[in-house]
Amino acid sequence: MNALQRLFRFNGGVKPDYHKEPSTHLPIAVAPTPTLLVIPLHQSIGGPPRPLVKAGDGVLKGQRIGDADGNVSSAVHASTSGTVVAVEMRLMPHTSGLSAMCVVIEPDGRDEWVERNPFDFRAATPTATRDYLRDAGVVGLGGAVFPSHLKLNAGKQGKLDTLVLNGAECEPFITCDDVLMRERADRLLKGAAIMREMLAASRVLIGIEDNKPEAIAALEAASAGNIDTTIQVVAVPTRYPAGGAKQLIRVLTGIEVPHGERSTDYGVQCFNVGTAFAIYEAIALGQPLISRIVTVAGNVGQARNYEVLFGTSMRDLVALCAPLPDTDRVIMGGPMMGFRMPSDDVPVVKATNCVLVGSQKLFPQPPPEMPCIRCGECAKACPADLQPFEMYWFSRARIFGKAQEYHLFDCIECGCCAYVCPSRIPLVDYYRFAKSEIWAREVEKDAADLARDRYEFRLLREEREKQEKAAKLAAKTAAGREKAAAALAEAEKPARTPDEEAKHALIAAALERAKAQKEQVHPENTGNLTAEQRAEIVAIEARRAEIREQAKPHLRQDD
Amino acid sequence: MNNSPYFLKPASVQSVMMRVLLALIPGIAVYVWFFGAAVLVQIALASVTALLAEAAMLKLRGKPVMLFLGDGSALVTAWLIALTFPPIAPWWLTVIGVLAAIVIAKHLYGGLGQNPFNPAMVAFALMIVAYPSLMSQWPAVGFTDFMPQWNAIFGTRQLDAITMATPLDALRTALHTADARATVAGVLGNDATFGNIGGKGWEWVAAGYFIGGIYLLQQRIITWHMPAAFLATLFVISGGFALYDPTRFVGPSFHLFTGGAMLGAFFIITDPVSGCTTPRGKLIFAAGIGLLTWIIRTFGAYPDGIAFAVLLLNIAAPLIDMNTQPPVFGHKRKGGRPS
Repeated sequence: MNALQRLFRFNGGVKPDYHKEPSTHLPIAVAPTPTLLVIPLHQSIGGPPRPLVKAGDGVLKGQRIGDADGNVSSAVHASTSGTVVAVEMRLMPHTSGLSAMCVVIEPDGRDEWVERNPFDFRAATPTATRDYLRDAGVVGLGGAVFPSHLKLNAGKQGKLDTLVLNGAECEPFITCDDVLMRERADRLLKGAAIMREMLAASRVLIGIEDNKPEAIAALEAASAGNIDTTIQVVAVPTRYPAGGAKQLIRVLTGIEVPHGERSTDYGVQCFNVGTAFAIYEAIALGQPLISRIVTVAGNVGQARNYEVLFGTSMRDLVALCAPLPDTDRVIMGGPMMGFRMPSDDVPVVKATNCVLVGSQKLFPQPPPEMPCIRCGECAKACPADLQPFEMYWFSRARIFGKAQEYHLFDCIECGCCAYVCPSRIPLVDYYRFAKSEIWAREVEKDAADLARDRYEFRLLREEREKQEKAAKLAAKTAAGREKAAAALAEAEKPARTPDEEAKHALIAAALERAKAQKEQVHPENTGNLTAEQRAEIVAIEARRAEIREQAKPHLRQDD
Repeated sequence: MNNSPYFLKPASVQSVMMRVLLALIPGIAVYVWFFGAAVLVQIALASVTALLAEAAMLKLRGKPVMLFLGDGSALVTAWLIALTFPPIAPWWLTVIGVLAAIVIAKHLYGGLGQNPFNPAMVAFALMIVAYPSLMSQWPAVGFTDFMPQWNAIFGTRQLDAITMATPLDALRTALHTADARATVAGVLGNDATFGNIGGKGWEWVAAGYFIGGIYLLQQRIITWHMPAAFLATLFVISGGFALYDPTRFVGPSFHLFTGGAMLGAFFIITDPVSGCTTPRGKLIFAAGIGLLTWIIRTFGAYPDGIAFAVLLLNIAAPLIDMNTQPPVFGHKRKGGRPS
C-alpha cells in the first residue's frame, strides 16, 4: 500500500452490520458437480447468445454452447463434459419468475476439457483479443455481468490514466472477492497486468475496504515480488456503497463520472477483482468462464465460499451449508441490493456472487409504512447526492417527468435511503416502479410513432392505388368503346369466307394462349411461397397487430 | 417484503419524536423552577387534547388510529403549544389552540407529513390575533405558588398579583408608547423584568432549550444549518442596529435569550415537514425567519415575531427548495479532478 495515496470521499452511505466473518473461516471449497446442469444462454448484458448444441449432443468441459449474438453479447460454455439432454425454457434466477432458454447438460463425470491454448494477446490485435474474450464468455463478475471485452478499450486517447480494480465488496454477507484476493492474489495480479497492458493504463489501483486486512496483506505480499510496479493496493474506508463503481472511482481518484457518460472519457476504467482473475484464466490458461466463487451465507449452519460451476442449482449449493429449518427464501446478491429468487431451484449464473439464505428472523418484515416527514435522512445517506424524498413524492404521485427532473435515473438503487428511512418507506421500490413506467411509456411512444408512420404511409399508398385504378379504368373503358365500335363495323361487313373463318380461329387460339400465359407470369405475390416464408408473414402480421394494439390508445388520443 | 434492501436500520418516526420530547425536558425543568408548575398543567392539558383530537381525526379519515397515534407527532405539537402559550392562560385558550393545530393545520391538510404550515405556530398566531390580552399575561418570575396559577387556568382569574409583561413586551411598550426620551439602557435598568442577559428567568429557560438543541444535533435529528443561520442572523442584525443607535435598539444577547428565540431555533423552525430540506435552502429559510423575527419584534405590534416569521417562510419553503437543489453526483464539476 502506498501511504501517500490520497483518498477522496463520497457523500452519504451507511454502515450496516456486515455479517462477513462467518463465511471467511474456511477456505474456498469446490462445489461438487451436480447430476444436472441448467445453463441459461443469456447470462450477460446484451444480446442473448444463439445455442450451438441440440439435445443428444455430447459436449466437453469448456466447449462453447452459446455463441455471442453480435458484439454486445458474450458466449456461454459447458461447465463440464457430458450430454445435452435438452435445450428448453427453464426458470431463471430472477425475481420476475420468468423462464428463458437454457442448455440442460447431464454430466458424464469425466470432467474432460476441450483443448485449451493460452492466447498470446501481445501478438494479436486489440480487436482480436477482445473477440477472444467475448468468445471466452468473460463478463463483469461484480454482479452487473457487462461483457468485459467491451470495456477493455482505451477509448479515443488510446491510453488510460487509471485502471481501478474493485475489491471493496461493500455489501453485507458477501465475501467471494475477499477470499479470492486472499487465496489467489498472484493470479489476480497477473490478470491485472494483462488488463493494464490492453488498456495502456499508467497505473492500477486496487481498492479494498479496510475491513479486509487479510486480503490487503495477501495482495501486498503478492505484489511485493512484483511483476508490475504500477499496481497499488489501496485500503478505502469501510462504508456502503464504497464498492459502487462510481463511488470507488471517486474515492480513489477524486473523479466523479456523471450518469450516462463513459468513465474512459475521464481516463478511468473499473473492473471487479473477480473479472481480473477470469481474464487471467482466459488469456494465460485458455480457459473460458465456466465457474465462479459464490458466497453462501445467512440462515445456514456453516457459511462458506464455493467455486461453483454455472448451471448448478442453488438448492444443491445451499444444501452444502446446512440451511436452518426456518429458511423461507433465497436471495441472489446481498441484503442491500439482492433479488429474492422465485424458487431455490434456479441455476447459479455469472451474476451470482452470493446466495443469501433468509428467514423471517434474519430479515424480518418491516413495520408498516408511515408517511414521509421529510426528515432528510435519505438525502444525507444518498451516495449519488440525490433528494430521495422528492423523487419518492413524485414517483408516488406518478408525476414521472418531475421525478426525472430530480435525477431519478442517477439513482443506483443501492438502498441506502430505504435503509435509514424512519418511516420505513420502501423507497427503492418506488424508484424501480417509476423507472419501469418511464421505460414502458417510451417503448409505447416509439410503437405509437411507428404505427402512425405506417398508417400515414398506408393512406398515401391507398390514395395512390386509387388514382392508378381510376386511370386504368378510364383507359379500359376507352379501349372498350373502340372495341365495340370495331365489332359493330365488322357485323355490318358481309359474311366471312371459309379462308377468313380459319384465320379467325387461329387468332382466337393465339389470344387464348396469350391470356393463359399472362395469368402465369403475373401470379399473386403471396402465392407459391415456402412454408417458412408463410410462417414469417404470419409472424410479421402478428407483430404488427400487437403494435397496433399498443398504439391504439395513443392514436385515439391523437384523433 | 419481496424487494431489497432486506434489512433496515432500527429507526422510526416514533423514536425521532420521543427524542425531541426528551430534548425539551431541560428547558421545561428550568421553566418550572422559575415560573412554577403551571406549565406542566398546560403540557398535560395540551397533550390530552392533542391525542383526543388526533384520534378523532384519524378515525374520521379512516386511518389506523393506534399506529398513527403512537408516532408521537401530536405530542410534539402539543408540547410546543404549551411552551409558547402563557402558562397561566385559561384552559380553553390552550384547548382551542391545540384543536386548531391538530384539526385544521395538520389533518385538514392531509395529516402527518402533509401540512404546509407549522401546526404549533398556526395555533400561536391564531390565538394571539384572537385573544391578544390573554396571550400577553405571563407569570411574574419567582411567583411559583401553585394554587393561584391553578385558579388562573381553571377558575376565577385574580391575575394582577401574579402576572407581568414579558421582557420583550415591556421593552417594546416602553420604547414605543412611553415618552420619546426612553432609552434601552433606561428601560432595562429600571425594570425588575430584566435579568442579566435576556429577561429574568427567561434567559435560563433559553439556556435549557439550548442544551436540548445540542442533544438534537448530537442525535442527528436536526442539522446545524437552521439554528446557526437563525441565531446568526438575529445576532448580526440586532447587533448592527444596536451599534448604530444603542438607545433605541436592544443588543443581540437580549434578542437571543429572550422570548422564543432558543425554542424556535432548535425546536420550531426545524420542523422538517413545513420547512426547507436542502442544505442551502435551510440556511436561507432560517435566515429569513431571523430577519422577520427581528423586524416584527422591533417595529411590529406583537410581542414576539417568531410565529409569524415561521408561517411566512413556510409559504416560501417549496420555492426556496426548488431553487437550491444540491448538485447531483458527477454534475458538480465539469469533469476533471476536484480541488
